[in-house]
Amino acid sequence: MSKEIKQTSLKEDRRLRMVDRTMRIYGNEPHALIETLHAVQESYGFIDTDLMQYVAEKLGVPLSKVYGVATFYHFFTLKPQGEHTCVVCTGTACYISGAKAIMDDFAKKYDLLPGETTKDNKLSLLTARCLGACGLAPAIVFDGVVAGKQTPETVSNTIERWFKNEL
Amino acid sequence: MNFEELHEIAKIENEKRAQFEYSINVCVAAGCMSCGSLELLTSFKKEIERRGIENWCKAKGVGCLGLCSAGPLVSVQRYDQKSEVIYKSVTLDNVHEIVDALTGEPVGRLACSKEMSFFKNQQKIVLENFGNIDPEKIEEYIAVGGYEPLYTVLREMSPANVIEQIVKSGLRGRGGGGYPTGLKWTTVMKASGNQKYIICNADEGDPGAFMDRSVLESDPHRVLEGMAIAGYAVGADKGFIYVRAEYPLAIRRLKKAITQAEQLGVLGRGIFNTPFNFDIKLRLGAGAFVCGEETALISSIEGSRGNPRPRPPYPAEYGLWGSPTLINNVETFANIPAIIRNGSAWFASIGTEKSKGTKVFALAGRINNTGLIEVPMGTTLREIVFNIGGGIPEGSKFKAVQTGGPSGGCITSDYLDTPADYESLTKLGSIMGSGGMIVMDDTSCMVDVAKFFVEFCMTESCGKCVPCRDGSAQMYHLLSKITSGEGNINDIHMLEKLSDLINNTSLCGLGMTMPNPVVSTMHFFKDEYLAHVHDKICPAGVCNMKRGGRK
Repeated sequence: MSKEIKQTSLKEDRRLRMVDRTMRIYGNEPHALIETLHAVQESYGFIDTDLMQYVAEKLGVPLSKVYGVATFYHFFTLKPQGEHTCVVCTGTACYISGAKAIMDDFAKKYDLLPGETTKDNKLSLLTARCLGACGLAPAIVFDGVVAGKQTPETVSNTIERWFKNEL
Repeated sequence: MNFEELHEIAKIENEKRAQFEYSINVCVAAGCMSCGSLELLTSFKKEIERRGIENWCKAKGVGCLGLCSAGPLVSVQRYDQKSEVIYKSVTLDNVHEIVDALTGEPVGRLACSKEMSFFKNQQKIVLENFGNIDPEKIEEYIAVGGYEPLYTVLREMSPANVIEQIVKSGLRGRGGGGYPTGLKWTTVMKASGNQKYIICNADEGDPGAFMDRSVLESDPHRVLEGMAIAGYAVGADKGFIYVRAEYPLAIRRLKKAITQAEQLGVLGRGIFNTPFNFDIKLRLGAGAFVCGEETALISSIEGSRGNPRPRPPYPAEYGLWGSPTLINNVETFANIPAIIRNGSAWFASIGTEKSKGTKVFALAGRINNTGLIEVPMGTTLREIVFNIGGGIPEGSKFKAVQTGGPSGGCITSDYLDTPADYESLTKLGSIMGSGGMIVMDDTSCMVDVAKFFVEFCMTESCGKCVPCRDGSAQMYHLLSKITSGEGNINDIHMLEKLSDLINNTSLCGLGMTMPNPVVSTMHFFKDEYLAHVHDKICPAGVCNMKRGGRK
């Protein structure tokens, strides 16, 4: 695909309108970069190079800076996520209450390390530094919903139900 | 908006409230919400409607009730008697009996005892509206006297007066450093420049801390009001709240609160018919711990990587886009309206000689009552952990309490009678920090805990200065060696040397305080380190030791 065609197809993308809107709110100023990347990730699920290029041109910042910012902050991901995502909190309270055992279980059962997605693209494992749900340690976010007091067993139950399309 | 209108809103809201003899308040902060409190609230509303009792009873969502470990929490308030019953671990099946029990005896097996020290031994200033008002309704905040302090400040006080009050109150920064707030405000006020900014630091990155999240979710207007007062005092007309993207609920409530405040005219142009303008904008963090450092935070708001820069110049003189900028923590701003309302002398009468007021702590880890508490400064750690916190679960033994997150240290049982104030904790090699307290029992290995924090700082280091970037990696390497049974005594000596070096040569607070968890565990738990290197065993049984070590 030539660059022009790719640009056009991007422009027609409805998701791009949300990104454009965010930039417009901030007057397409360079300081809107982080807010814009949030919008990109929210609409597309991840931030790829074409989108970085697009944002760089619109905001008038070098691509190197966009890349620098996108890779500096842990919240941004440059890889597409699987169908379901599991975010394991690895804050102190969760750590001493058994988050490590849950992570080990992911490695054993699904061959997943933090930041990875299964080969069939069904499941992604992510970690968060602290969700602030320390009262419910260990906490895990299943597809955006926080669940507290988890164990390796409750986690694999949820995942098995995902795989069987029960949830 | 003028004073009469503000009063009118409060009056209408209070009358509305008086109509209902009973109010069923369901906690809708993030902790209880993840235990299903929203469904519970809907169910209570339906049940009230089904019974046709909606003219004397209502159900509403309120901010955090504190005892997160027993969520979802429901507080049933009786208006005329000003009495309250708090129910814990409420499920959908309990809705019936709780509504049944409104006019009779409370449901005993679900009710928390009023005498429970968790509720009895706290003193609430920042958390005063928690569990009482609906965080999504500005009218309820006004009904409890909200935005009146802002009115008083704008109509009756000069900026110098306001700052004088804050100085006299003795309030110190609640983000961890403990810098006198009044002094900071004075510096920004005196700084020259046409444009000044207020920044609220809500980038609560310390793992194990959730005070700011709770305040923003449960009483967002309090923070907005504190910021507006600060804006008037130092001469700023724009404010930013830098909040973590990991707190979606707090962001949603803040956005709503800002819109409501703008609509009512308590934010925006010509507030209370004075020439004072104040706008607040949200900025989302993106998961970088270092952005809690003020210069890194400013760089992030400007849309760049969160790299700190050397100070001076301090942000008070050269901050956001080069303008004088006041940066305070969420809890600091949340204290301001109460100080204006009750006077600086009142605030200064609470706490210790050097640490005034109260402090919100987040209790977590191996402790019975995990949750959010507020106690006067100087309350002993023993009181906090064993009385309010309810001690540790049966069958395990208290080992240490960790304060200050990755910048703090561990405190052992010998020092539990230490008062929790800035100076006393620093003397013990820890810090007050933002208020996270993690209690550990004998199932935690202290070397492993030190490794956990060093790993945290290693991945969170921005990479700008060498001591922090490479020093953290070296420390992590040494600790990994020790925890895998391959360490020797020289590694411990090297850790000590490195700690000193990193502390003295790093650019910002992250690097400077990074060795604290290692230094403090080495000081209090030297025997555990020695067991790892000499005997190649982990006394707590946490570390995966390769017995025998390296040949």
